[in-house]
Amino acid sequence: MAFDPRRLRREFPIFERNPGLVFLDSGASAQKPRQVIDGIAEFYRNDYANVHRGVYQLSARSTDRFEEARETVRAFLNAADEREIVFVRGATEAINLVAQSWGPAHVKPGDEVVISDLEHHSNLVPWQMLCERVGARLLVAPTDATGEFDLGQFEALLSPRTRLVAVTHISNVTGALLPVARIVELAHAKGAFVLIDGCQAVPRLPVDVQALGCDFYAFSGHKAYGPTGTGVLYGRYDALLSMPPWQTGGGMIANVTYPLTEFQEPPHRFEAGTPDIAGAVGLAQAIDFIEGIGRAAIREHEAGLTGYGVDRLSRIPGVQLVAGGQRRLSILSFNLEGVHPHDVGTVLDQHGVAVRVGHHCAQPLMDKLGIAGTVRASLGVYNDEADIDRLAEAVEACREMFQR
Amino acid sequence: MMPAAIMDLRELYQDIILDHGRHPRNQRALDHPTHLARGHNPLCGDRVTVYLAIEGNRIADLSFEGRGCAISTAAASLMTEVLKGKTLEEARQLFAQFHATVTGGTPEELPEALKEDAERLEPLTGVRAYPVRVKCATLPWHAFEAALKSGLAGAIVKTE
Repeated sequence: MAFDPRRLRREFPIFERNPGLVFLDSGASAQKPRQVIDGIAEFYRNDYANVHRGVYQLSARSTDRFEEARETVRAFLNAADEREIVFVRGATEAINLVAQSWGPAHVKPGDEVVISDLEHHSNLVPWQMLCERVGARLLVAPTDATGEFDLGQFEALLSPRTRLVAVTHISNVTGALLPVARIVELAHAKGAFVLIDGCQAVPRLPVDVQALGCDFYAFSGHKAYGPTGTGVLYGRYDALLSMPPWQTGGGMIANVTYPLTEFQEPPHRFEAGTPDIAGAVGLAQAIDFIEGIGRAAIREHEAGLTGYGVDRLSRIPGVQLVAGGQRRLSILSFNLEGVHPHDVGTVLDQHGVAVRVGHHCAQPLMDKLGIAGTVRASLGVYNDEADIDRLAEAVEACREMFQR
Repeated sequence: MMPAAIMDLRELYQDIILDHGRHPRNQRALDHPTHLARGHNPLCGDRVTVYLAIEGNRIADLSFEGRGCAISTAAASLMTEVLKGKTLEEARQLFAQFHATVTGGTPEELPEALKEDAERLEPLTGVRAYPVRVKCATLPWHAFEAALKSGLAGAIVKTE
Protein backbone atom coordinates (compact mmCIF):
# COMPACT_ATOMS: atom_id res chain seq x y z
CA MET A 1 0.00 0.00 0.00
CA ALA A 2 1.26 3.48 -0.87
CA PHE A 3 2.35 5.64 2.02
CA ASP A 4 -0.54 7.95 2.82
CA PRO A 5 -0.01 10.49 5.63
CA ARG A 6 -3.64 11.67 5.33
CA ARG A 7 -4.89 8.18 6.06
CA LEU A 8 -2.37 7.72 8.87
CA ARG A 9 -3.42 11.04 10.41
CA ARG A 10 -6.89 9.61 10.93
CA GLU A 11 -5.32 7.05 13.26
CA PHE A 12 -4.41 9.88 15.64
CA PRO A 13 -7.36 11.18 17.69
CA ILE A 14 -5.44 14.40 18.57
CA PHE A 15 -5.99 15.66 15.02
CA GLU A 16 -9.74 15.06 15.27
CA ARG A 17 -9.88 17.12 18.44
CA ASN A 18 -7.60 19.83 17.07
CA PRO A 19 -8.63 20.34 13.47
CA GLY A 20 -6.22 22.53 11.55
CA LEU A 21 -3.30 21.69 13.80
CA VAL A 22 -0.01 21.42 11.96
CA PHE A 23 2.08 19.36 14.36
CA LEU A 24 5.79 19.66 13.65
CA ASP A 25 7.19 18.73 17.06
CA SER A 26 7.39 14.94 16.87
CA GLY A 27 11.13 15.17 17.58
CA ALA A 28 10.20 16.27 21.08
CA SER A 29 7.37 13.76 21.40
CA ALA A 30 5.21 12.06 18.83
CA GLN A 31 1.42 11.95 18.97
CA LYS A 32 -0.28 8.68 19.87
CA PRO A 33 -2.24 6.48 17.48
CA ARG A 34 -5.55 4.97 18.53
CA GLN A 35 -3.87 1.54 18.64
CA VAL A 36 -1.62 2.69 21.50
CA ILE A 37 -4.27 4.63 23.42
CA ASP A 38 -6.82 1.84 23.12
CA GLY A 39 -4.23 -0.88 23.62
CA ILE A 40 -3.30 0.48 27.04
CA ALA A 41 -6.95 0.82 28.08
CA GLU A 42 -7.71 -2.67 26.79
CA PHE A 43 -4.81 -4.10 28.81
CA TYR A 44 -5.98 -2.40 32.01
CA ARG A 45 -9.53 -3.62 31.39
CA ASN A 46 -8.71 -7.23 30.58
CA ASP A 47 -5.31 -8.46 31.66
CA TYR A 48 -3.87 -6.18 34.32
CA ALA A 49 -2.20 -7.37 37.53
CA ASN A 50 1.30 -7.03 38.94
CA VAL A 51 3.90 -9.10 37.11
CA HIS A 52 6.34 -11.88 37.90
CA ARG A 53 5.26 -12.86 41.41
CA GLY A 54 1.60 -13.77 41.18
CA VAL A 55 0.54 -17.42 41.42
CA TYR A 56 -2.87 -16.58 40.01
CA GLN A 57 -3.78 -16.74 36.34
CA LEU A 58 -4.41 -13.04 35.88
CA SER A 59 -0.91 -12.19 37.04
CA ALA A 60 0.51 -14.84 34.74
CA ARG A 61 -1.40 -13.28 31.84
CA SER A 62 -0.17 -9.82 32.72
CA THR A 63 3.38 -11.15 32.95
CA ASP A 64 2.95 -12.73 29.53
CA ARG A 65 1.82 -9.44 28.02
CA PHE A 66 4.78 -7.64 29.63
CA GLU A 67 7.32 -10.20 28.45
CA GLU A 68 5.71 -10.32 24.99
CA ALA A 69 6.34 -6.59 24.83
CA ARG A 70 10.01 -7.29 25.54
CA GLU A 71 10.05 -9.76 22.65
CA THR A 72 8.40 -7.15 20.40
CA VAL A 73 11.19 -4.69 21.27
CA ARG A 74 13.82 -7.35 20.67
CA ALA A 75 12.50 -8.02 17.20
CA PHE A 76 12.19 -4.27 16.53
CA LEU A 77 15.92 -3.81 17.20
CA ASN A 78 16.88 -7.26 15.95
CA ALA A 79 18.65 -8.01 19.23
CA ALA A 80 19.95 -11.55 19.54
CA ASP A 81 18.18 -12.27 22.81
CA GLU A 82 15.23 -10.75 24.64
CA ARG A 83 17.30 -10.69 27.84
CA GLU A 84 19.23 -7.86 26.21
CA ILE A 85 16.18 -5.58 26.44
CA VAL A 86 15.87 -3.55 29.65
CA PHE A 87 12.71 -1.51 30.19
CA VAL A 88 13.43 1.96 31.55
CA ARG A 89 11.59 5.28 31.75
CA GLY A 90 13.21 6.72 28.67
CA ALA A 91 16.51 7.21 26.87
CA THR A 92 17.66 9.56 29.63
CA GLU A 93 17.29 6.80 32.20
CA ALA A 94 18.87 4.25 29.85
CA ILE A 95 21.98 6.39 29.44
CA ASN A 96 22.18 7.19 33.15
CA LEU A 97 21.89 3.49 33.88
CA VAL A 98 24.93 2.75 31.73
CA ALA A 99 26.85 5.75 33.11
CA GLN A 100 26.19 4.75 36.69
CA SER A 101 26.43 0.97 36.45
CA TRP A 102 28.77 0.17 33.56
CA GLY A 103 30.70 3.43 33.93
CA PRO A 104 32.60 3.11 37.21
CA ALA A 105 33.19 -0.62 36.58
CA HIS A 106 34.94 0.05 33.24
CA VAL A 107 36.14 3.66 33.09
CA LYS A 108 39.27 4.30 35.12
CA PRO A 109 41.39 7.37 35.89
CA GLY A 110 43.08 8.62 32.71
CA ASP A 111 40.60 6.85 30.42
CA GLU A 112 38.66 8.75 27.80
CA VAL A 113 35.02 8.99 26.77
CA VAL A 114 34.29 10.34 23.30
CA ILE A 115 31.00 12.00 22.36
CA SER A 116 29.99 14.08 19.32
CA ASP A 117 29.26 17.80 19.35
CA LEU A 118 25.66 17.03 18.37
CA GLU A 119 24.69 15.33 21.62
CA HIS A 120 21.54 16.08 23.56
CA HIS A 121 22.36 17.03 27.16
CA SER A 122 21.15 13.57 28.18
CA ASN A 123 24.01 11.97 26.24
CA LEU A 124 26.52 14.51 27.51
CA VAL A 125 25.95 15.35 31.17
CA PRO A 126 25.94 11.71 32.42
CA TRP A 127 29.38 11.22 30.78
CA GLN A 128 30.65 14.55 32.08
CA MET A 129 29.66 13.47 35.59
CA LEU A 130 31.14 10.00 35.17
CA CYS A 131 34.44 11.46 33.98
CA GLU A 132 34.51 13.88 36.88
CA ARG A 133 33.74 11.05 39.30
CA VAL A 134 36.41 8.61 38.11
CA GLY A 135 39.01 11.07 36.83
CA ALA A 136 38.54 10.35 33.12
CA ARG A 137 38.51 12.79 30.20
CA LEU A 138 35.56 13.74 28.00
CA LEU A 139 36.51 14.36 24.36
CA VAL A 140 34.22 15.86 21.75
CA ALA A 141 34.28 14.75 18.11
CA PRO A 142 33.23 17.63 15.84
CA THR A 143 30.91 17.93 12.88
CA ASP A 144 32.24 19.82 9.86
CA ALA A 145 30.87 23.05 8.36
CA THR A 146 28.30 21.12 6.32
CA GLY A 147 26.91 19.54 9.46
CA GLU A 148 28.42 16.14 8.67
CA PHE A 149 30.03 14.08 11.43
CA ASP A 150 33.78 14.26 10.77
CA LEU A 151 34.98 10.65 10.73
CA GLY A 152 38.62 11.67 10.23
CA GLN A 153 38.69 13.91 13.28
CA PHE A 154 36.79 11.29 15.24
CA GLU A 155 39.31 8.62 14.38
CA ALA A 156 42.13 10.94 15.43
CA LEU A 157 40.56 11.25 18.89
CA LEU A 158 40.49 7.50 19.44
CA SER A 159 43.29 5.82 21.34
CA PRO A 160 43.85 2.80 23.58
CA ARG A 161 42.62 5.08 26.39
CA THR A 162 39.18 5.36 24.76
CA ARG A 163 36.79 3.33 26.90
CA LEU A 164 33.48 4.49 25.48
CA VAL A 165 32.08 6.27 22.46
CA ALA A 166 28.59 7.69 23.02
CA VAL A 167 26.91 9.22 19.99
CA THR A 168 23.48 9.99 18.67
CA HIS A 169 22.11 8.12 15.67
CA ILE A 170 20.25 11.20 14.34
CA SER A 171 20.85 14.68 15.75
CA ASN A 172 17.79 16.14 17.46
CA VAL A 173 18.97 19.62 16.41
CA THR A 174 20.22 19.29 12.83
CA GLY A 175 18.68 16.02 11.69
CA ALA A 176 22.14 14.78 10.65
CA LEU A 177 22.31 11.01 10.35
CA LEU A 178 25.59 9.79 11.80
CA PRO A 179 27.63 6.98 10.21
CA VAL A 180 27.10 4.84 13.28
CA ALA A 181 28.19 1.51 11.76
CA ARG A 182 31.57 3.00 10.85
CA ILE A 183 31.81 4.71 14.26
CA VAL A 184 31.29 1.33 15.94
CA GLU A 185 33.90 -0.29 13.73
CA LEU A 186 36.53 2.36 14.48
CA ALA A 187 35.76 2.39 18.21
CA HIS A 188 35.83 -1.39 18.51
CA ALA A 189 39.18 -1.46 16.75
CA LYS A 190 40.50 0.46 19.76
CA GLY A 191 38.71 -1.78 22.22
CA ALA A 192 36.15 0.86 23.20
CA PHE A 193 32.46 0.25 23.91
CA VAL A 194 29.82 2.13 21.93
CA LEU A 195 26.49 3.53 23.08
CA ILE A 196 24.06 4.92 20.52
CA ASP A 197 21.25 7.32 21.39
CA GLY A 198 18.53 6.15 19.03
CA CYS A 199 15.71 8.48 20.09
CA GLN A 200 15.30 10.18 16.72
CA ALA A 201 16.22 7.09 14.70
CA VAL A 202 13.96 4.25 15.84
CA PRO A 203 10.67 5.84 14.72
CA ARG A 204 11.95 6.24 11.15
CA LEU A 205 14.88 3.95 10.34
CA PRO A 206 15.27 0.20 10.30
CA VAL A 207 17.64 -0.40 13.24
CA ASP A 208 19.56 -3.66 13.57
CA VAL A 209 21.76 -3.64 16.67
CA GLN A 210 23.52 -6.83 15.60
CA ALA A 211 24.42 -5.40 12.21
CA LEU A 212 25.55 -2.16 13.87
CA GLY A 213 27.50 -4.13 16.44
CA CYS A 214 26.98 -1.49 19.12
CA ASP A 215 27.22 -2.44 22.80
CA PHE A 216 24.33 -0.26 23.97
CA TYR A 217 21.40 1.32 22.17
CA ALA A 218 18.92 3.58 23.94
CA PHE A 219 15.58 5.03 22.91
CA SER A 220 12.46 6.64 24.35
CA GLY A 221 9.03 5.17 23.72
CA HIS A 222 7.20 8.48 23.56
CA LYS A 223 9.14 9.71 20.53
CA ALA A 224 8.18 6.48 18.77
CA TYR A 225 4.39 6.98 19.08
CA GLY A 226 4.40 5.11 22.41
CA PRO A 227 3.46 6.22 25.92
CA THR A 228 5.51 8.67 27.98
CA GLY A 229 7.56 7.13 30.75
CA THR A 230 8.68 4.20 28.61
CA GLY A 231 12.05 3.54 27.12
CA VAL A 232 14.51 0.84 26.29
CA LEU A 233 18.11 0.09 26.94
CA TYR A 234 19.50 -2.56 24.65
CA GLY A 235 22.75 -3.96 25.99
CA ARG A 236 24.85 -6.80 24.59
CA TYR A 237 24.20 -9.65 26.99
CA ASP A 238 27.77 -10.12 28.19
CA ALA A 239 28.03 -6.36 28.72
CA LEU A 240 24.87 -6.36 30.82
CA LEU A 241 26.11 -9.44 32.70
CA SER A 242 29.27 -7.56 33.69
CA MET A 243 27.29 -4.68 35.20
CA PRO A 244 26.27 -4.30 38.84
CA PRO A 245 22.69 -3.26 39.70
CA TRP A 246 22.10 0.49 39.73
CA GLN A 247 18.82 0.60 41.61
CA THR A 248 17.87 -2.07 44.10
CA GLY A 249 14.66 -3.37 45.61
CA GLY A 250 11.94 -5.81 44.61
CA GLY A 251 11.94 -7.70 41.34
CA MET A 252 15.69 -7.60 40.82
CA ILE A 253 16.86 -9.99 43.55
CA ALA A 254 17.49 -13.74 43.48
CA ASN A 255 17.97 -14.19 47.21
CA VAL A 256 18.15 -11.78 50.14
CA THR A 257 19.65 -12.37 53.57
CA TYR A 258 20.80 -9.76 56.05
CA PRO A 259 24.47 -10.20 55.27
CA LEU A 260 24.11 -10.64 51.51
CA THR A 261 21.88 -10.27 48.47
CA GLU A 262 22.19 -12.19 45.25
CA PHE A 263 20.87 -10.38 42.22
CA GLN A 264 18.85 -11.60 39.27
CA GLU A 265 20.36 -11.95 35.84
CA PRO A 266 19.78 -9.25 33.24
CA PRO A 267 17.40 -7.75 32.31
CA HIS A 268 15.54 -8.08 35.63
CA ARG A 269 18.66 -7.04 37.54
CA PHE A 270 18.09 -3.54 36.15
CA GLU A 271 14.33 -3.37 36.66
CA ALA A 272 13.90 -2.82 40.39
CA GLY A 273 10.36 -2.19 41.57
CA THR A 274 7.08 -2.66 39.74
CA PRO A 275 7.81 -1.69 36.14
CA ASP A 276 5.57 0.41 33.90
CA ILE A 277 3.68 -2.68 32.78
CA ALA A 278 0.95 -0.93 30.80
CA GLY A 279 3.60 1.36 29.36
CA ALA A 280 5.52 -1.62 28.00
CA VAL A 281 2.30 -3.00 26.50
CA GLY A 282 1.61 0.42 24.95
CA LEU A 283 5.15 0.59 23.59
CA ALA A 284 4.68 -2.81 21.96
CA GLN A 285 1.50 -1.45 20.34
CA ALA A 286 3.46 1.55 19.08
CA ILE A 287 6.08 -0.75 17.59
CA ASP A 288 3.34 -2.81 15.91
CA PHE A 289 1.96 0.45 14.53
CA ILE A 290 5.37 1.46 13.14
CA GLU A 291 6.07 -1.99 11.73
CA GLY A 292 2.60 -2.04 10.17
CA ILE A 293 3.69 0.93 8.07
CA GLY A 294 7.27 -0.26 7.70
CA ARG A 295 10.32 1.77 8.66
CA ALA A 296 11.76 1.67 5.15
CA ALA A 297 8.56 3.34 3.92
CA ILE A 298 8.62 5.85 6.79
CA ARG A 299 12.21 6.70 6.05
CA GLU A 300 11.51 7.23 2.37
CA HIS A 301 8.50 9.42 3.11
CA GLU A 302 10.28 11.53 5.72
CA ALA A 303 13.45 11.87 3.65
CA GLY A 304 11.35 13.23 0.78
CA LEU A 305 9.51 15.58 3.09
CA THR A 306 12.76 16.73 4.72
CA GLY A 307 14.16 17.59 1.31
CA TYR A 308 10.95 19.42 0.41
CA GLY A 309 11.19 21.38 3.67
CA VAL A 310 14.83 22.33 3.06
CA ASP A 311 13.91 23.54 -0.40
CA ARG A 312 10.78 25.42 0.70
CA LEU A 313 12.38 27.13 3.70
CA SER A 314 15.63 28.06 1.99
CA ARG A 315 13.68 30.01 -0.62
CA ILE A 316 12.34 32.37 2.07
CA PRO A 317 14.58 35.46 2.32
CA GLY A 318 16.21 35.76 5.72
CA VAL A 319 15.85 32.07 6.62
CA GLN A 320 19.12 30.44 7.64
CA LEU A 321 18.96 26.66 7.90
CA VAL A 322 21.31 24.93 10.32
CA ALA A 323 23.47 22.57 8.28
CA GLY A 324 22.48 18.94 8.67
CA GLY A 325 24.87 17.19 6.32
CA GLN A 326 24.01 15.10 3.27
CA ARG A 327 21.74 12.64 5.01
CA ARG A 328 19.50 14.91 7.07
CA LEU A 329 16.34 13.20 8.24
CA SER A 330 13.10 14.46 9.77
CA ILE A 331 14.47 17.58 11.47
CA LEU A 332 14.79 21.12 10.15
CA SER A 333 16.37 23.74 12.37
CA PHE A 334 16.47 27.33 11.21
CA ASN A 335 16.57 30.96 12.18
CA LEU A 336 14.81 33.95 10.70
CA GLU A 337 17.18 36.87 10.42
CA GLY A 338 16.56 39.58 12.98
CA VAL A 339 13.83 37.65 14.79
CA HIS A 340 14.40 35.68 17.98
CA PRO A 341 13.31 32.01 17.73
CA HIS A 342 10.92 32.50 20.61
CA ASP A 343 9.07 35.23 18.71
CA VAL A 344 8.97 33.06 15.58
CA GLY A 345 7.48 30.26 17.69
CA THR A 346 4.70 32.48 18.99
CA VAL A 347 3.79 33.71 15.51
CA LEU A 348 3.82 30.16 14.12
CA ASP A 349 1.62 29.02 16.98
CA GLN A 350 -0.92 31.72 16.11
CA HIS A 351 -0.95 30.24 12.62
CA GLY A 352 -1.68 26.80 14.06
CA VAL A 353 1.84 25.49 13.48
CA ALA A 354 3.41 23.76 16.50
CA VAL A 355 7.22 23.82 16.50
CA ARG A 356 9.87 23.85 19.20
CA VAL A 357 12.14 26.82 19.78
CA GLY A 358 15.23 27.26 21.92
CA HIS A 359 18.44 25.33 22.43
CA HIS A 360 16.87 21.85 22.16
CA CYS A 361 18.91 20.58 25.12
CA ALA A 362 22.13 21.13 23.15
CA GLN A 363 23.62 24.32 24.55
CA PRO A 364 27.26 23.54 23.60
CA LEU A 365 26.13 23.05 19.99
CA MET A 366 24.33 26.42 20.06
CA ASP A 367 27.54 28.01 21.39
CA LYS A 368 29.52 26.42 18.57
CA LEU A 369 27.03 27.67 15.98
CA GLY A 370 27.07 31.09 17.63
CA ILE A 371 23.30 31.25 18.01
CA ALA A 372 20.98 31.53 21.01
CA GLY A 373 18.65 28.88 19.67
CA THR A 374 16.74 27.74 16.64
CA VAL A 375 13.24 27.15 15.43
CA ARG A 376 12.91 23.42 14.93
CA ALA A 377 10.33 21.66 12.80
CA SER A 378 10.38 17.87 13.16
CA LEU A 379 8.37 15.29 11.27
CA GLY A 380 6.15 12.34 11.99
CA VAL A 381 4.26 9.84 9.84
CA TYR A 382 1.21 12.12 9.83
CA ASN A 383 2.98 15.07 8.18
CA ASP A 384 2.77 15.86 4.48
CA GLU A 385 3.76 18.59 2.05
CA ALA A 386 0.73 20.65 2.97
CA ASP A 387 2.10 20.88 6.52
CA ILE A 388 5.44 22.13 5.21
CA ASP A 389 3.58 24.65 3.06
CA ARG A 390 1.67 25.90 6.11
CA LEU A 391 4.97 26.20 7.99
CA ALA A 392 6.59 28.15 5.15
CA GLU A 393 3.56 30.47 4.84
CA ALA A 394 3.64 31.14 8.59
CA VAL A 395 7.37 31.89 8.46
CA GLU A 396 6.70 34.32 5.59
CA ALA A 397 3.97 35.98 7.65
CA CYS A 398 6.34 36.23 10.58
CA ARG A 399 8.95 37.86 8.41
CA GLU A 400 6.45 40.40 7.15
CA MET A 401 5.23 41.19 10.63
CA PHE A 402 8.71 41.87 11.95
CA GLN A 403 9.76 43.80 8.86
CA ARG A 404 7.00 46.38 9.11
CA MET B 1 -5.05 31.70 8.66
CA MET B 2 -7.63 33.28 10.94
CA PRO B 3 -7.78 37.08 10.80
CA ALA B 4 -8.35 37.04 14.58
CA ALA B 5 -4.93 35.48 15.04
CA ILE B 6 -3.29 38.26 13.03
CA MET B 7 -5.05 40.90 15.11
CA ASP B 8 -3.94 39.17 18.31
CA LEU B 9 -0.37 39.13 17.08
CA ARG B 10 -0.49 42.84 16.27
CA GLU B 11 -1.73 43.37 19.81
CA LEU B 12 1.31 41.49 21.15
CA TYR B 13 3.91 42.86 18.76
CA GLN B 14 2.88 46.52 18.78
CA ASP B 15 5.12 48.99 16.98
CA ILE B 16 6.57 50.23 20.24
CA ILE B 17 7.57 46.68 21.23
CA LEU B 18 9.27 46.07 17.89
CA ASP B 19 11.02 49.45 18.17
CA HIS B 20 12.36 48.78 21.67
CA GLY B 21 13.17 45.20 20.69
CA ARG B 22 15.31 46.37 17.78
CA HIS B 23 16.73 49.52 19.35
CA PRO B 24 16.78 48.94 23.08
CA ARG B 25 17.46 51.95 25.32
CA ASN B 26 20.02 51.81 28.11
CA GLN B 27 21.53 48.58 26.84
CA ARG B 28 25.01 48.80 28.34
CA ALA B 29 26.82 48.02 31.57
CA LEU B 30 27.01 50.75 34.23
CA ASP B 31 30.56 51.79 35.11
CA HIS B 32 29.90 51.96 38.83
CA PRO B 33 26.77 50.05 39.72
CA THR B 34 25.70 49.75 43.34
CA HIS B 35 23.54 46.71 42.56
CA LEU B 36 23.31 44.09 39.83
CA ALA B 37 21.59 40.79 39.14
CA ARG B 38 21.21 38.31 36.31
CA GLY B 39 17.93 36.97 35.08
CA HIS B 40 17.72 33.68 33.25
CA ASN B 41 14.78 32.09 31.49
CA PRO B 42 15.78 28.43 31.12
CA LEU B 43 12.83 27.82 28.80
CA CYS B 44 14.30 29.90 25.98
CA GLY B 45 17.83 30.54 27.21
CA ASP B 46 17.27 34.28 27.45
CA ARG B 47 19.63 36.08 29.81
CA VAL B 48 19.54 39.62 31.08
CA THR B 49 21.81 41.47 33.51
CA VAL B 50 20.33 44.51 35.24
CA TYR B 51 22.64 47.21 36.67
CA LEU B 52 21.52 49.82 39.19
CA ALA B 53 23.09 52.95 40.63
CA ILE B 54 21.12 53.77 43.76
CA GLU B 55 21.59 57.07 45.55
CA GLY B 56 19.77 57.27 48.84
CA ASN B 57 16.37 55.81 48.08
CA ARG B 58 16.39 56.88 44.44
CA ILE B 59 17.39 55.03 41.27
CA ALA B 60 19.93 57.48 39.81
CA ASP B 61 20.67 55.26 36.84
CA LEU B 62 19.94 51.78 35.55
CA SER B 63 20.78 49.74 32.49
CA PHE B 64 20.73 46.20 31.16
CA GLU B 65 22.78 43.85 29.04
CA GLY B 66 21.85 40.66 27.23
CA ARG B 67 19.93 39.53 24.20
CA GLY B 68 16.60 37.89 24.17
CA CYS B 69 13.35 37.81 22.27
CA ALA B 70 11.57 40.98 21.19
CA ILE B 71 9.33 40.86 24.27
CA SER B 72 12.05 40.48 26.89
CA THR B 73 14.33 43.02 25.22
CA ALA B 74 11.53 45.57 24.91
CA ALA B 75 10.47 44.87 28.49
CA ALA B 76 14.00 45.54 29.77
CA SER B 77 14.32 48.65 27.64
CA LEU B 78 10.98 50.13 28.75
CA MET B 79 11.68 49.21 32.36
CA THR B 80 14.95 51.14 32.38
CA GLU B 81 13.24 54.17 30.85
CA VAL B 82 10.40 54.15 33.32
CA LEU B 83 12.40 53.47 36.48
CA LYS B 84 15.15 56.03 35.98
CA GLY B 85 14.87 58.70 38.70
CA LYS B 86 12.16 56.86 40.61
CA THR B 87 12.29 56.18 44.33
CA LEU B 88 12.49 52.54 45.40
CA GLU B 89 8.91 52.72 46.67
CA GLU B 90 7.70 54.06 43.33
CA ALA B 91 9.58 51.28 41.54
CA ARG B 92 7.96 48.69 43.79
CA GLN B 93 4.52 50.10 43.07
CA LEU B 94 5.12 50.11 39.30
CA PHE B 95 6.33 46.51 39.33
CA ALA B 96 3.38 45.39 41.46
CA GLN B 97 0.99 47.09 39.04
CA PHE B 98 2.73 45.67 35.96
CA HIS B 99 3.01 42.18 37.40
CA ALA B 100 -0.66 42.11 38.39
CA THR B 101 -1.70 43.34 34.95
CA VAL B 102 0.23 40.72 32.97
CA THR B 103 -0.54 37.79 35.26
CA GLY B 104 -4.24 38.57 35.58
CA GLY B 105 -4.08 39.67 39.23
CA THR B 106 -5.73 42.71 40.78
CA PRO B 107 -3.56 45.78 40.31
CA GLU B 108 -3.26 48.09 43.30
CA GLU B 109 -4.33 51.72 42.90
CA LEU B 110 -1.36 53.79 41.71
CA PRO B 111 -0.68 57.33 42.86
CA GLU B 112 -1.61 59.92 40.20
CA ALA B 113 2.08 60.74 39.59
CA LEU B 114 2.86 57.16 38.41
CA LYS B 115 -0.09 56.66 36.09
CA GLU B 116 1.71 58.04 33.08
CA ASP B 117 4.60 55.61 33.67
CA ALA B 118 2.19 52.70 33.95
CA GLU B 119 0.70 53.76 30.62
CA ARG B 120 4.13 53.62 29.04
CA LEU B 121 4.28 49.95 30.06
CA GLU B 122 0.83 49.29 28.66
CA PRO B 123 2.05 47.96 25.25
CA LEU B 124 3.71 45.05 27.06
CA THR B 125 0.52 43.90 28.68
CA GLY B 126 -0.47 42.15 25.43
CA VAL B 127 1.44 39.13 26.78
CA ARG B 128 -1.55 38.45 29.06
CA ALA B 129 -3.05 36.46 26.20
CA TYR B 130 0.14 34.34 25.89
CA PRO B 131 0.79 32.61 29.21
CA VAL B 132 4.07 31.08 28.03
CA ARG B 133 5.36 34.54 27.13
CA VAL B 134 4.50 36.34 30.38
CA LYS B 135 7.87 35.37 31.81
CA CYS B 136 9.63 37.10 28.92
CA ALA B 137 8.04 40.38 29.97
CA THR B 138 8.64 39.97 33.70
CA LEU B 139 12.19 38.58 33.55
CA PRO B 140 13.99 41.99 33.65
CA TRP B 141 11.73 43.12 36.48
CA HIS B 142 12.55 40.04 38.53
CA ALA B 143 16.24 40.70 37.87
CA PHE B 144 15.73 44.31 39.01
CA GLU B 145 14.09 43.12 42.22
CA ALA B 146 16.86 40.56 42.84
CA ALA B 147 19.51 43.25 42.29
CA LEU B 148 17.92 45.42 44.97
CA LYS B 149 18.14 42.54 47.43
CA SER B 150 21.61 41.29 46.61
CA GLY B 151 23.58 44.47 46.03
CA LEU B 152 26.82 43.81 44.19
CA ALA B 153 26.83 40.12 45.09
CA GLY B 154 24.93 39.62 41.82
CA ALA B 155 22.04 37.25 42.42
CA ILE B 156 20.78 35.02 39.65
CA VAL B 157 17.04 34.73 39.25
CA LYS B 158 15.32 32.13 37.17
CA THR B 159 11.84 32.33 35.84
CA GLU B 160 11.27 28.65 36.53
